[in-house]
Amino acid sequence: MSSEHALERSPRAGVAAPVGPPAPELYRRMLLARRMAEATRELWREGEVHGPGHLSEGHEAIAVGAAAALRAGDASIGTYRGHAHALARGADPEAVMRELLGREGGICGGKGGSMHITSVEHGYFGSYAIVGAHLPIACGLGWAQRLRGDGAVTVCFFGDGATNIGAFHEAVNLAAVWRLPVLFVCENNLYMEYTAIGAVTPVEHPAADRAPAYGLEPIVIDGNDVEAVRDTVAERASRAREGGGPAIVEAVTYRLRGHSLADPAAYRPAEEVERGVAGEPIGRYRRVLEGRGVEGGELDAVEADVAALVAAVAERARAAPPPEPATAWTDVWADGTSRWRS
Amino acid sequence: MAELTFRDAVRSALEQEMERDERVVLLGEDVGPGGVFKTTPGLVGRFGRERVWDTPISEQAIVGGAMGAAMGGMRPVAEIMFSDFYATCWDLVANEIAKTRYMTGGQVTLPLVVRGSNGGGGLGFGAQHSQSAESWAMCVPGLKVACPSTPADMKGLLAAAIRDEDPVLVFEHKGLYPSVGEVPDGDHVVPLGRAAVVREGAEVTLAGLAFTVGACLEAAESLAADGVEAEVLDLRTLVPLDAAAVLESVAKTNRLVIAEEGPGQLGWSAALAAIVADEAFDDLDAPVTRVCGGAVPLPAAGVLEDEVNPSARRIVEAVGRCL
Repeated sequence: MSSEHALERSPRAGVAAPVGPPAPELYRRMLLARRMAEATRELWREGEVHGPGHLSEGHEAIAVGAAAALRAGDASIGTYRGHAHALARGADPEAVMRELLGREGGICGGKGGSMHITSVEHGYFGSYAIVGAHLPIACGLGWAQRLRGDGAVTVCFFGDGATNIGAFHEAVNLAAVWRLPVLFVCENNLYMEYTAIGAVTPVEHPAADRAPAYGLEPIVIDGNDVEAVRDTVAERASRAREGGGPAIVEAVTYRLRGHSLADPAAYRPAEEVERGVAGEPIGRYRRVLEGRGVEGGELDAVEADVAALVAAVAERARAAPPPEPATAWTDVWADGTSRWRS
Repeated sequence: MAELTFRDAVRSALEQEMERDERVVLLGEDVGPGGVFKTTPGLVGRFGRERVWDTPISEQAIVGGAMGAAMGGMRPVAEIMFSDFYATCWDLVANEIAKTRYMTGGQVTLPLVVRGSNGGGGLGFGAQHSQSAESWAMCVPGLKVACPSTPADMKGLLAAAIRDEDPVLVFEHKGLYPSVGEVPDGDHVVPLGRAAVVREGAEVTLAGLAFTVGACLEAAESLAADGVEAEVLDLRTLVPLDAAAVLESVAKTNRLVIAEEGPGQLGWSAALAAIVADEAFDDLDAPVTRVCGGAVPLPAAGVLEDEVNPSARRIVEAVGRCL
């Protein structure tokens, strides 16, 4: 049973699934990612966020759609813009927020920060902040899955900018020749940091157009359509589980805000931003659900629930104390210490 | 006890650990055909293609693949053919492998080994295939660093590295591959972080690593002929560093000469000298002395390499200055 189905069951144990439209779980998860990002932005304005932050308002359909296609035991791995990916796999929002604020009880104990949110217990093997570096790591996760022969897959999320770094090409080549169960999902938000990807890349689709060079199909999807992402990832994962090898999926989206919290993104044309805002995935999915007969009141209730959850998380995280200073000396080695000499 | 070459000790360790633990898998360039230094011949035949994986020339994919496999429950052993090539994948080694356990608050553990040839050894490989990269690794918290000097230690330290729960870089000095030595029969493991006293003496301590251990022993022979008894320490690993063994020896001899093949402008010998100066100042009767490689890219011609590399003669001269 996929996690999606598990989540769409009635939360009331023992009660049969309700008849009619499924509970809007994808909608709820996208909202959670969005509201967490907005709360982070607000806390940053108040000086509560320690260090940089790279939010993903506008990208939510990719994180949530892909996660909905994965099973327990599947791995995912992402970039410094990784909060939504951790949350989409089920990471505890409060532990994430505590990490962003540098408080005790952060999901990485305060040692990772915004760019390294990780939740291994949920299959999210980390957020990596050197562009492209985690693609080879995804190959290794997929290699282990292939060696174990358990039918699990790895989904590796990366930005359009990563397609121009050597590690992308080394990783895709290795995955293709070793037929690894790895799905490389490019979140093409049209910008590598401040520069338009089209200005520094000789092909229209930075990931998909490179796929044929490695014997892979060029796949481009609407990354703001959460169900399209879910269905594409599910289909490609299903092939990979049966030994069909890797795939590159380029999901086209739009980053609604700047590269980082500190970037006002003034370099983007106003019409482009307007189009991006109009096509953002959450409002769009709400219209889809309403078109299918889901009551607006039900969706409003989801919105209220998520808003209340995030407000509570933000408040508790803000009130939490900083981590114990002595914990800076733990976790280097597997024995828990940082001792390097006698 | 069996006599093995250093290169065969590599294979012997891999066989021992692959036999013992089916999670141990190999990857690297030409590892299936046996490797350019002939350290992995016969392993495909014995363990099959599912345990020994040939890679493209893609060091980032090799090292990153090892990291991901370790996260996925395997115990990979990656080969980087020449340690100079760490420069092509240092991001994965220094930024990802070394830091991920810490950055994730201990959620990820990385039991992996990256091994391969290191150093010069008078083989004429030139500046891009002869570097001593062990000090690069020692700069980065989160990496263990092993540099064996004998076939027995080559087998035992590599076995320990494979059994270790943390990432270990094993540097195999290419000048030692043909050397021969006794290797204990049966399961052989040498713990990481324990220096060996390879010759006892009371008047000066000579500390070496990998290839320079031999130079220290040769120097000690020469000094003995002149009536000077030198103690020789083989550090074996840089991380963990057995500083206590060095401090203990210096407490006895009151003098320390350190021999490092890498360029002397910086390096592990400088770190060790600083520790001894800081923690054993009152034991010292002479300044700590370093005998290091020259601060030049390693030249190819034999006489030029000899000119800049540490040698028994230079170690003897350094001892002469501190007696």
